[in-house]
Amino acid sequence: MMRSLSITPEKCTGCLQCEMACSYENEGVFNPAKSRIKVFMFEHEGRHVPYTCTQCADAWCKNACPTEAIQINAATGAKEINQGLCVGCKVCTIACPFGTVNYNQATGKVIKCDLCGGDPACAKACPTQAITFVDADWTGYDKMRSWAQRTDTQTTAQA
Amino acid sequence: MGWHKKVLRVNLSNGSCQAEPLNMEWAAEYLGQRGLATKYLIEEIDARVDPLSPENKLIFATGPLTGTMASTSGRYSVITKGALTGAIACSNSGGYFGAELKFAGWDMIIFEGRAAAPVYLYIKDDSVELLPADDLWGKSVWETDELLHSRHQDPQLRVSAIGQSGEQGVLYACVVNDLHRAAGRSGVGTVMGSKNLKAIAVRGTKGVTVKDPARFMRAVAEKKQILAENAVTGQGLPTYGTQVLMNVINEVGALPTKNAADVQFDGASKISGEAMHEPRGKSNKPNLVTNQACFGCTIACGRISKVDQDHYTVVNRPEYWGASGGLEYEAAWALGAATGVDDLEALTFANFVCNEQGFDPITFGSTMGAAMELYRMGLISKEETGGVALDFGSAEALTTMAELVGRGEGFGKVLGLGSKRMCEKYGHPELSMTVKGQEFPAYDPRGIQGMGLTYATSNRGACHLRSYTVASEILGIPEKTDPLATEGKAGLVKAFQDATAAVDSTGLCLFTTFAWSLDDFQPQVDAACDGEWSLERLSELGERIWNMERQFNMAAGFTGKDDTLPQRLLKDAAKTGPAKGKVNGLDQMLPEYYQLRGWDEGGTPTRETLSRLGL
Repeated sequence: MMRSLSITPEKCTGCLQCEMACSYENEGVFNPAKSRIKVFMFEHEGRHVPYTCTQCADAWCKNACPTEAIQINAATGAKEINQGLCVGCKVCTIACPFGTVNYNQATGKVIKCDLCGGDPACAKACPTQAITFVDADWTGYDKMRSWAQRTDTQTTAQA
Repeated sequence: MGWHKKVLRVNLSNGSCQAEPLNMEWAAEYLGQRGLATKYLIEEIDARVDPLSPENKLIFATGPLTGTMASTSGRYSVITKGALTGAIACSNSGGYFGAELKFAGWDMIIFEGRAAAPVYLYIKDDSVELLPADDLWGKSVWETDELLHSRHQDPQLRVSAIGQSGEQGVLYACVVNDLHRAAGRSGVGTVMGSKNLKAIAVRGTKGVTVKDPARFMRAVAEKKQILAENAVTGQGLPTYGTQVLMNVINEVGALPTKNAADVQFDGASKISGEAMHEPRGKSNKPNLVTNQACFGCTIACGRISKVDQDHYTVVNRPEYWGASGGLEYEAAWALGAATGVDDLEALTFANFVCNEQGFDPITFGSTMGAAMELYRMGLISKEETGGVALDFGSAEALTTMAELVGRGEGFGKVLGLGSKRMCEKYGHPELSMTVKGQEFPAYDPRGIQGMGLTYATSNRGACHLRSYTVASEILGIPEKTDPLATEGKAGLVKAFQDATAAVDSTGLCLFTTFAWSLDDFQPQVDAACDGEWSLERLSELGERIWNMERQFNMAAGFTGKDDTLPQRLLKDAAKTGPAKGKVNGLDQMLPEYYQLRGWDEGGTPTRETLSRLGL
């Protein structure tokens, strides 16, 4: 079954365990500055929102890449950067409408979420299930279920 | 590993910023943060210095686990000689600043001397600069945070700063980071202000590594699971924050009320964690917006609140309409029960002002309680207060005075002295609810006996975070003891003090100890840090730190005579509740405590004890 990352911002507490897990998985160091997922804080609204690549089916980054360095992992559906082919031109960072592909000065290549080969570290590290890894055809399943549970069928039946 | 093994030494008098290696011999004995920075302070300053003189030093210290994937790894501490107390001061804060400092490659920063004009420190990894802060002086913490983000055009910058109260010499000013997390007690922000240091802005991109990553990841995952499954850290704290305690402590008759005249407060439920969840006002939305974690924390006890837009405190003041740091239990008690004010919105507003201008709500609320008693006795007049009636229960008095203390203006200057100096000024030192000059927090020692010994012997002046025996006496963690009994409390206090000193030196949060014991810290520390870290080593380290802090205080002029409590707690019995008729039995606990510590009858550590601990 193909899976997708599913993000539920209202469950996020802003702990940044996901950013550390991501940097550890990909760079071997606890370092949010090197994370592919970022949590944004909207202080005055009291909101925390994790944000990362949604792995577009027809990916702008992939279409824009002049060296075909962005390839689809057939098993996971992730758009992955082939570090050997990437020349650091950053055209993909311009093409991505969401900003989730970023340049890494240390390597001279771009970095983005690759779903950790099908077992994303961020989802495993999230203590509140704000980030989950779910059936790609049913990313809305939990949301539907929670609304379904709130549906007052009893009252309707009595009316 | 764990440590970067690098210290930043900033001499404010001559403007130099130097990197130096961390003293790893000391790290082996004192681990990090509280223990290690206190060792540096003791080695580098004369304990008798005036806390506000250039000869005092100010240390910002992380622990070896700060910035790692261990749960609650966002902690750092500010260590100095306290402005309020003249004793060792070590104030711990969460938020994101501590981890960011670590990511920039620094274990600690030592500030020396005094800048000729206001400055702030800007750190971007190895690049460190002292920059002019003339335009920041006179600004609040919140304004400073915004200005620095905008000046450096870096939204990911983390800022730790003082507000106007710290500039104006309010003796219990905090250092506030990330807008509403604070190194709160003992006036560490006042010391920062005395050095003309307005803020530290840091951005780190280097990260943190540990000794044995695979073992570390297994250990932290297992320990996070324990936190998630524990009733306090997995449910109570995320849902209600520390405010889960307000109704509990009131029920057991240990909520110091109206300057500790009573031990129960009629309005407790109105200012409780439960009340923060109740819909209110025209918006029909609750005071609490959400809970929030500090860096790395899987508990997330932090409160994010909004003041009701129709409340008198914020009418036509949109700058206070947004969400910000809400009431924690100690603040709700101090601003509420200690003053008799049961208006949740007024308390929330006063708490916002404490964060905005950087001052300790515990000391402020307790000092307000004492001022209200002096006012009732006719010793403080309306002329002095600018026409404000300091009546117990007056929300207006509370919020007006909070703003004056925040700016260090008017009667705020008197309140800014703290209750010890203020009560002495009016000829009634007995009305100050302090030990070693610091106000005790939200647990009345008549109803929770162990907290009497905790306050009396705390090295930084009265405090709940040096041995939280409430865990055992009320919550039954790790095992239930009778809160009204004095038997066995000496041993309990010593055990909690030593374990806490070790925990405070790791970089992790004390709140984990509702679910974890030192056994749970040990595998995390051992997998992260160079060397072998056994349970015995961690336990001994805690006891060594406690005795070292004691030595500093004795060198600073404190003696066993200062290990006491306000007379009210020792002489005036509780009037209501389960503790009715009780005073605190300190004299039944203190001699045994000295004995267990290996101190003589006067409270001085014996030569044998010091040599056993390598001091």
